[in-house]
Amino acid sequence: MGDVPDPPHALLEAVKLTKRFGSLVANDHVSLAIRAGETHALLGENGAGKSTLVKMMCGLLQADSGELLYEGTPIIFPDPASSRAKGVGVVFQHFALFDALTVVENVALGLPGHQPLAVLAARIDDCVRRYGLSVEPYRRVGELSVGERQRVEIVRCLLGDPRVLILDEPTSVLTPDESENLFRTVDLLTDEGRAVLFISHKLDEVRRLCHRATVLRGGKFIAEVNPKQESSASLARLMVGADVPRTPRVAAHALGEPRLLVRQLSVAGDGSRGSALHDINIEVRAGEIVGIAGVAGNGQTTLFNVLSGETRVEDHESIVIDKVAAGGLGPTERRALRAGFVPEERLGHAAAPDMRLSDNVLLTTHGDGQIVKRGVIHRSVLFARFQQIVKGFDVRFGGKDPKARRLSGGNLQKFVIGREVLRDPVLIVVDQPTWGVDASAAAFIRTTLRERAAQGCAVLVVSQDLDELLEFADRVGVMCEGRLTAPVPVAETSREAIGLAMGGAYGTHSAAGEGHHAA
Amino acid sequence: MPLRLERLENVSPLRHAMAPVVAALVTLVVGAVMFVVLGHDPVRAFTIYFIEPLGDAYTLQELVVKASPLLLIGIGLSFCYRANRWNIGAEGQYVAGAVLGSWLALATHGTEAGPWVLPAMLVFGALGGALWGLIPAFLRVRFGASEILTSLMLVYVAQLGLDYLVRGPWRDPAGFNFPQSVTFDDVALMPLLMADGRLHGGIVIALLAVVAATFVLGRTLVGFSIELAGSAPRAAAFAGFDEKRVTYGVFAVSGALAGLAGIIEVAGPIGQLQPTISPGYGFTAIIAAMLGRLHPVGILVASLVLALTYIGGEAAQITMRLPFDVTRVFQGTLLIAILAADILVRYRIRRVEGTTHA
Repeated sequence: MGDVPDPPHALLEAVKLTKRFGSLVANDHVSLAIRAGETHALLGENGAGKSTLVKMMCGLLQADSGELLYEGTPIIFPDPASSRAKGVGVVFQHFALFDALTVVENVALGLPGHQPLAVLAARIDDCVRRYGLSVEPYRRVGELSVGERQRVEIVRCLLGDPRVLILDEPTSVLTPDESENLFRTVDLLTDEGRAVLFISHKLDEVRRLCHRATVLRGGKFIAEVNPKQESSASLARLMVGADVPRTPRVAAHALGEPRLLVRQLSVAGDGSRGSALHDINIEVRAGEIVGIAGVAGNGQTTLFNVLSGETRVEDHESIVIDKVAAGGLGPTERRALRAGFVPEERLGHAAAPDMRLSDNVLLTTHGDGQIVKRGVIHRSVLFARFQQIVKGFDVRFGGKDPKARRLSGGNLQKFVIGREVLRDPVLIVVDQPTWGVDASAAAFIRTTLRERAAQGCAVLVVSQDLDELLEFADRVGVMCEGRLTAPVPVAETSREAIGLAMGGAYGTHSAAGEGHHAA
Repeated sequence: MPLRLERLENVSPLRHAMAPVVAALVTLVVGAVMFVVLGHDPVRAFTIYFIEPLGDAYTLQELVVKASPLLLIGIGLSFCYRANRWNIGAEGQYVAGAVLGSWLALATHGTEAGPWVLPAMLVFGALGGALWGLIPAFLRVRFGASEILTSLMLVYVAQLGLDYLVRGPWRDPAGFNFPQSVTFDDVALMPLLMADGRLHGGIVIALLAVVAATFVLGRTLVGFSIELAGSAPRAAAFAGFDEKRVTYGVFAVSGALAGLAGIIEVAGPIGQLQPTISPGYGFTAIIAAMLGRLHPVGILVASLVLALTYIGGEAAQITMRLPFDVTRVFQGTLLIAILAADILVRYRIRRVEGTTHA
């Protein structure tokens, strides 16, 4: 694409980097130049090699061939510390913060030498003012929302005065408002001559924010384009190599019996942020998808645990699954009522990272009476089901039966969804179905859930991705501070109304008050 | 220069399986150095320790006799360790089982009680060990106390309890004040497998335990739930397996097998209760479990290897006047080597250059 303007000089440049993992070529001669004063997007599906490339650029992985150039000179980063020393900062999707410590203590741990905390707090305040990030140095990280934690990570990076800042899927955990604030910060950083590498799969954001975009597919460099001159559809085509299907819109079909009834459900918190629930009411009927929007840390995790039976409630009538009072039942008993659950955290909650994928099938199917009979595991039946999931849901991985840890996020999510769908449930509760999942896998997952609903399954989706809910849910409610607004039909609400209710969950007290009003 | 451990992404099964072999070799090297320092010819010492016992029918039998308690206890411990519950107190559960089982033998001593006594003693032995093992499980579930500490502390409680019993209420009145119980009646003794040998019925029980444990751990939902609870606790809760039940379950199994080993030893090779009924089987079995990769068949092999250190140690005490502590050093070195090998298989050590920590 020759229409990219004459480039400013590159701060950090990857030249034909190749990385193999066994027979898999994760990066095949990939080149990428991050330039001073520019925001550069890295686009690609899961498994396209984005993470591998980033890890090589910050010294977490070593390339098999190719080289890194730092201001035009070849450089080798043996470890992340040496890349940090050269001014390459990375904010990963998963934060490395200690919940029990304050913001300033967390920041101090990541910095060399011993600075008095007061001095550091002043530096944090300074940084916060300069870049419009709102972070309070003396708050405990455990009390912070995901968005706030991300800002702590960014501040920690910025205190090292980086010349290159790499942001890994930063907006996947933010409200629309928070994303806007992040974009302003990014613009300020590039105005100062810093370079930002912005990894995302939200194409609209990339088109708005980024000066350049590199697209990877299947470990190969596909194109470098000017995203402002592309459409979302053309970017998606580059990423996927084909047109991305939209989730088919709801064909009107009659709704059936209520499969999930939540009535006046309250749960006392354990003191940490977003752990209490107040008077939650939900009805999900056969054939409909109900969405729950909201920023992370407003009670969604507690709600999921209460619905899945990992946490039981005193009032058994407050949760009714398919006409049976289920509040006092455990996960296995609730699955016996033909309910299926998909938690947010894939590794460690939905799947055991160090167990083989086929064994992970057992997690939710052991009570169904087919794979496990009289306490004995029938391996051949188990393996047949495993193959069925892998084939039916296009789960891709290397080897015959790898540990769950080895799968990419999107493929593991397809596996986890497939595991539930093949149990033929009448109710599916999904927390964050497409978090950190690439566009085509996300579309596949939404379409699958849509199809299940059309066949008479009730689906409850908890998601922080508002666009997703507006695209494929029938009704949407908003969670903030442990309360849920009554779900309303998507056609009768707007992004703005929902966004306002989401924002009510935090910020200043007056803002919280407004939020409740809007709700 | 600071060092750092980095997790390796791909560990081949072969590499994993080689860890115990490498650990054994390291132990031999350390042992050789120790013998040289003590002023002995290492070749001769190794011959006495590890080669000569294998050439004699009697000591071969003795080897199996010594391996069987290690095997039983080690299998029980593998249930705990797979579930990430660290039961260090098998020695105490062994003693508790021996005491409760012996109580029945002493209660029926001199009566006309029939052949039901021995089976009932085995049940009591398993029960005693299980109850002793459930104490740390309860403390962990109820109060969050570290089972590592509580189970270890309970070893000393059990040992002192046994000591009190054989010096006090259970002492043989006709035993010239020696701290030991009466010799058990024939119905309370383990039958021998061959008339003029050392092999006894407990060995069959230990081998049955290998078969049963292989099936339970490898093929059943119970085994899967134990593995899952150890590997990913939150996923186990999501799958509907109750963490508390797993904790109680593995401690009960582990304690029961240790208790069973205890009563078999007392009713078998020893034949009466005395202050010392174990040369540290409960602790050595920890090594057997780790060395055997927590797999019943692996533990079988590991138990034989460790039993060899006991037999060789006895021979060395006699012919070379080496203290029994040398055997302990061997066993300890082996444990450290196997733990280190496990880490080094999965991680690599990297140097962190200088102080450029920024």
